[in-house]
Amino acid sequence: MSFTFQIDGEDVTAKEGQTIMDAADDAGIYIPRLCDHVGLRHQGGCRVCTVKVDGRSVAACTQPAAPDLTVENETPHINKLRRDLVGMLFNEGNHLCPICEASGNCELQAMAYRLGMTEPTRFPYLEPCRPLDASHPDIALDNNRCISCGRCVRASQDVDGKGVFGYVGRGIHRHIAANGVDLADTDAAVTDFAISAEVCPVGCIIRKREGFARPIGERDYDKHLIGHDIEKKHDD
Amino acid sequence: MKQGSTPHADQEQIALICAHYQNDPHRMLDILRDVQDKFRCISRGTMQTVADKTGLTQVAVEGVASFYAFLSLEPKGRVTIRLCDDIVDRFAGLAAVTEAFEHTLGVTVGQTAVDGAFSLEYTPCIGMCDQAPAAMINDVVVTNLTTEKVHKIATALKEGKSPQDLISDRFDELSARQRATRMVKNNIKHAGAVLLGPVPDDAGLKQALEQTPVQIIDQIEASGLRGCGGAGFTTGLKWRFAAQADNNRRFIICNADEGEPGTFKDRVLLTERPHLLIEGMTIAARAVGAREGILYLRGEYVYLRELLEEILAERRAKGLLGQNIMDAAGFDFDIRLQIGAGAYICGEEGALISSCEGLPGEPKTRPPFPVTSGYLGFPTIVNNVETFCHAARILDRGAEWFFDMGTAGSHGTKLFSVSGDCINPGVYELPYGLSVRELLEMAGGEDAAAVLVGGPSGTMIARDTFDRKLTFDDLATGGAIVIFSAQRNILEIVEYYMSFFVHESCGYCTPCRVGNVFLQKAVAKFRAGLANPADISYLSDLSATIIETSRCGLGMTSPNPILSTLENFPLVYSAMVKPPQDRLRATFDIQSAISDARVLAKRRSSIYDKDFSK
Repeated sequence: MSFTFQIDGEDVTAKEGQTIMDAADDAGIYIPRLCDHVGLRHQGGCRVCTVKVDGRSVAACTQPAAPDLTVENETPHINKLRRDLVGMLFNEGNHLCPICEASGNCELQAMAYRLGMTEPTRFPYLEPCRPLDASHPDIALDNNRCISCGRCVRASQDVDGKGVFGYVGRGIHRHIAANGVDLADTDAAVTDFAISAEVCPVGCIIRKREGFARPIGERDYDKHLIGHDIEKKHDD
Repeated sequence: MKQGSTPHADQEQIALICAHYQNDPHRMLDILRDVQDKFRCISRGTMQTVADKTGLTQVAVEGVASFYAFLSLEPKGRVTIRLCDDIVDRFAGLAAVTEAFEHTLGVTVGQTAVDGAFSLEYTPCIGMCDQAPAAMINDVVVTNLTTEKVHKIATALKEGKSPQDLISDRFDELSARQRATRMVKNNIKHAGAVLLGPVPDDAGLKQALEQTPVQIIDQIEASGLRGCGGAGFTTGLKWRFAAQADNNRRFIICNADEGEPGTFKDRVLLTERPHLLIEGMTIAARAVGAREGILYLRGEYVYLRELLEEILAERRAKGLLGQNIMDAAGFDFDIRLQIGAGAYICGEEGALISSCEGLPGEPKTRPPFPVTSGYLGFPTIVNNVETFCHAARILDRGAEWFFDMGTAGSHGTKLFSVSGDCINPGVYELPYGLSVRELLEMAGGEDAAAVLVGGPSGTMIARDTFDRKLTFDDLATGGAIVIFSAQRNILEIVEYYMSFFVHESCGYCTPCRVGNVFLQKAVAKFRAGLANPADISYLSDLSATIIETSRCGLGMTSPNPILSTLENFPLVYSAMVKPPQDRLRATFDIQSAISDARVLAKRRSSIYDKDFSK
């Protein structure tokens, strides 16, 4: 059973059981997101995919699509909310783009560019001091760059069937932890989906000995904005 | 995976605890509470053993153990003293009380004594604002603390007396009810017609047995009863949705996790009307066809555990719980007690369900709503203690009786927890529709300069609006009324409440986890006199983002202390800002900006340190 609803005035067809984001993706309409990733369970944690449905804010990644909804996505107001959220994620951790090997391939950085963030926000820097975990022979974790998206948690649990990562702590102290004393204490392997370049949106999960492999100009977001792959479908 | 270093004997004990809960991962909170009580700590080795027994990963167990404030990964003292750090306690002399404990026990707050005898720590509101300052000493509650009283308590503890000995020399001989009421006064200041006046035993349940489930729900809906925890959803509608959900297993959950700072009315109902509460839950079970129930009691109210267990056992013995209740064939319903472990967020419906499932207390994605997919995915009703009690009374006296009390849209009575700067703090049962001023007169709080209605997630109002009404349409509230006199510093209160929300955010979503920290820092800037005029709009602007993008009710209301004081006490903010001056912003503090650099460079600044040459 399929039905239609509207995103920013455009008719979108959806199937029963799809979320607003699923339907938008199929229609080639990009709704910004960070904690959501193709093939993983929806989490609804980063809130960057916030849209307005009949005037009410919801997370597009978890909100079921329904017939005749009126969804606002690309409005100045919603993009302002998204800039605030992305600003929070930047300032919550330590994101030093010029020295980060994820630069150019980083979804957080790319999202900031897409949303037009070109100068510091008014938010204070929390400058946390989080320990590095370089215990594993092939993988390192720099939690200072973690944005708590939990994609690695779900990828390891649901795709790899391992459960290498989990959330521990509460509130501002909530963070990703390895299932053991450190990463070497787990059964993580560099071949895990959870460790692959597409899962960690930032430079937190690092595959050793492959940093800065692609030169500037050939990185994921050097030529296109984040979301380009989805929006391309719309134009085709 | 490396093995933990837990001794073999301990591992056996832990295995026994897990076995007591059938190695069920959904009972993780019970398992970890028991482990904490026994070992005073949940070590990594312990977590591994628990994980092995329950079939979870170690990090999943750690996720639970590290979420709840009353569980600890570091060893705690044999006696853990948790001082209630609510703003009401602070204004009632918490600092002196803390110092007295520190001085007598020789341990500073936040620490555990080297010999492992005592831990002293702060905890947010423990629901004793009407008898502040208060503290939990292990599972015992002590109230109305003074330095003299603390000196006596701490000396007795040092001499090896148990926390129970502090309450009575003959503690063992006291009944569960006596124990509870010796520890904590009820402070019922005004009994209304519905809950705190005379209540006949199980009269509502008897009526319910004469009716069909649909008739029960019709009555609850016709009475106009709305949820008393704060959100005010129509109770009858909630029950109807759960009854209509397509499933043959349903759950009734009572939310006795009242954590809103300043609220304590459920504490009084749990002590004074426990039978009425269970009766209400049983009626709900009858109405929706549920056979299982959970009473989720906040960890701070663990002193009521024994009393409630006793009430449940008594009702089972009388045939009021269990199979064929009141001899009605096929009417089966029983309740288990779930004790929380120090997490305000668990008062949120979805988080409460997560907690019952043995998970960290994180809210659930909505939809689906609990009435269709709640506890373990089954249709679930979650209602507040007061709501269930009302429901039982409505079945006894009829919908019309209840509907006729109160005002249009706000029917019946409401319990108000009144505390702070007033002569008569305590619980008041009043029909909806009174003004704040009328309540202040009853409580002897006429000198109030500010009243916080509904706790920090509610509204702070000023003198010029004390005629506003306590109804769902005007000042909706779960019942917390905190009174502040003109001597109190509004910004101090606001900063306290923001730090409370920072402490209690679950951390699942960005705006609540991070945004509240930013808000707290911004308010601190005002208090320190370092704010500039633009910071006022920054506060409201950031608040709006948090409210609009947060995942659950906590984040949607956490900026309220700021927003309602910006609106009703604008001068306390504008009086603290300094306009920018010529070169540097007046609010830029060069001294603190270079303090780190001084340490790193191991020298003082030639420009900014006048005594540079020394």
